[in-house]
Amino acid sequence: MSELIHLSAVRRRRDMLMRGLLAAATALAVLPLALILYLLLKKGLGAWGASFFTTDPNGNFLGDPGGIKSAILGTLEIVGLATVIAVPLGIAVALYLVEIGRQGRFAGAVRYFVDVMTGVPSVVFGLFVYITLVLTGVGGGFAGWKGSVALGLLMLPIVTRSAEVVLLLVPDSLREAAIALGAPRWRVALRVVLPTALPGLVTGSLLAIARGAGETAPLLFTAAIVQGTSFNLGQRMNSLPAQIFNDVGQAQDRLVARAWGAALTLVLMILVLTLTARLAARRSRLA
Amino acid sequence: MEAGTSVATGSRPTIGRLPAVRRQDVVFENGLRLVAGLILALIAFFFVRLYVEASPAFQRFGLFGFVTTNDWDVSRELFGALPLLVGTLITSAIALLIGVPVAVAAALFASELCPRRFRGPLTIVLELLAAVPSVVYGLWGVFVLIPNLQGFERWFASAFSFIPFVGGGAVRGPNYFIAGLILAIMILPIVSAISREVIATVPQDHKEAALALGATRWEMIRTAVLPYSRAGISGAAMLGLGRAIGETIAVTLVIGNAPTIGKHLFDQGYTLAAVIANEFGEAANDPIHRAALIAAGLVLFVLTLIVNAGARYMVRRAARGVRAPSGGRAAAPGAAAA
Repeated sequence: MSELIHLSAVRRRRDMLMRGLLAAATALAVLPLALILYLLLKKGLGAWGASFFTTDPNGNFLGDPGGIKSAILGTLEIVGLATVIAVPLGIAVALYLVEIGRQGRFAGAVRYFVDVMTGVPSVVFGLFVYITLVLTGVGGGFAGWKGSVALGLLMLPIVTRSAEVVLLLVPDSLREAAIALGAPRWRVALRVVLPTALPGLVTGSLLAIARGAGETAPLLFTAAIVQGTSFNLGQRMNSLPAQIFNDVGQAQDRLVARAWGAALTLVLMILVLTLTARLAARRSRLA
Repeated sequence: MEAGTSVATGSRPTIGRLPAVRRQDVVFENGLRLVAGLILALIAFFFVRLYVEASPAFQRFGLFGFVTTNDWDVSRELFGALPLLVGTLITSAIALLIGVPVAVAAALFASELCPRRFRGPLTIVLELLAAVPSVVYGLWGVFVLIPNLQGFERWFASAFSFIPFVGGGAVRGPNYFIAGLILAIMILPIVSAISREVIATVPQDHKEAALALGATRWEMIRTAVLPYSRAGISGAAMLGLGRAIGETIAVTLVIGNAPTIGKHLFDQGYTLAAVIANEFGEAANDPIHRAALIAAGLVLFVLTLIVNAGARYMVRRAARGVRAPSGGRAAAPGAAAA
């Protein structure tokens, strides 16, 4: 009997130890997020001021380097156009996979290559768009819309993969009911399947947008970096990630301060998108 | 959707479809098929373009020579990508060594130990790490990690100098270790998310059986949870590896961008992705340099392709293995998030 109790004490101690280690590792995993958010707030809020959001970078060698107006507007424009490209195309591909292709061989190939696209590093997408659109000089050299194409390529597989999962959740009984009522298949897909899956589609799209908004590398090769505000997607265009990258590279205190402020802005934008997506997902699960 | 076709081709005219409706459906289906085919064509085009643009570099240095020559010197127009390849492998290996154990431990904690009501918030917090953009990690690395970890790195380098590759040189500011550490943080969310999905598929019966036999919580994890989810966790780690290999901007900012093979863990280096982002501007008007950078991109592309294919295979196999013993009710884990 005493032997058994002794053994269980050892086991209990090992159990406590391992539980403690797992908890410590979890704390370690959360630590970087806490540190980054703390520093972003501390240094970023210091850079925020009245003129921070209303002025463009001015390129002066000394004094006030200007704000991030052009970067914010550029990010909104580029990511906006990328969304217009990626979301309808991505959902269309998912619709094909679920409603038409199903388990066919062609659908399998499409599914496989969408998978492959999710793994392609963003810098390679940037390089590809640079080769095909910038080097060839289609509509001039660097341009905002070319940045959108690069981001769209990156976002498309994310949209497709999440949309496919959601569309598969739409019960077949709904489709069968619509068909029994005499609806053509295109109407079943557009008026029954898509509306039913809408919250999930929104979630996936928002997450894809959040991913695209934070990407730097594809924009460096396509939209380049400029100072002034531009509403013309056919010209070079500033963006938050490119602006931050450029300011960090300059290694001057006043520019680094602007980089922290811009980083806080960017992270807040992405956090809002991500949390909205999560809330939408939670609501759709209840429905 | 078999029902739709059988009705449409049905012999009874009362429920048969109007030819106009049938035509609409044909247009709709072929339209979607076209879009899907476009994706395939795009990827084929993608690969061909990259290869064509990179071919001047392969012609000059040879396909094999390009990746095995240890000499990247822009001024002499010599482009051997070995230092970049080695840098990519070293930083990714560090990222896996640090990131995977922490990520799996966090996944185990979140799904087996954490009180139920904290599970949701903990999961969200772990996933929020993925919301921080690469360039912000870089900013943080340059101005926070590099200056604050210098002391620790010096101590570590001298205390463990007997381990090969750790000691034996001055600790540089930007170095392999810092880059690997940042990559470890960046792959944490995906590795832990997929591990959690895999762990969630362990049948409740197995866990309860272990507990009923008198196992402690840890023994339950070790004997029931881990063996069952091992393949899936390996797949998650490989997906993390794929991410780490392709990560660009954060690494560019903290690795020092020196085109040589670093002599030790705390030496400067370069990676395939970083060289593209960093030298791309100066290469715009130098065809062979540009071709070399595109060739580096192609090597990177192929590398991630191989790693991701391996990861997918492992996660899928884990999903199949999971389905068999639990009576076919478990959904494929990870396959969706992969």
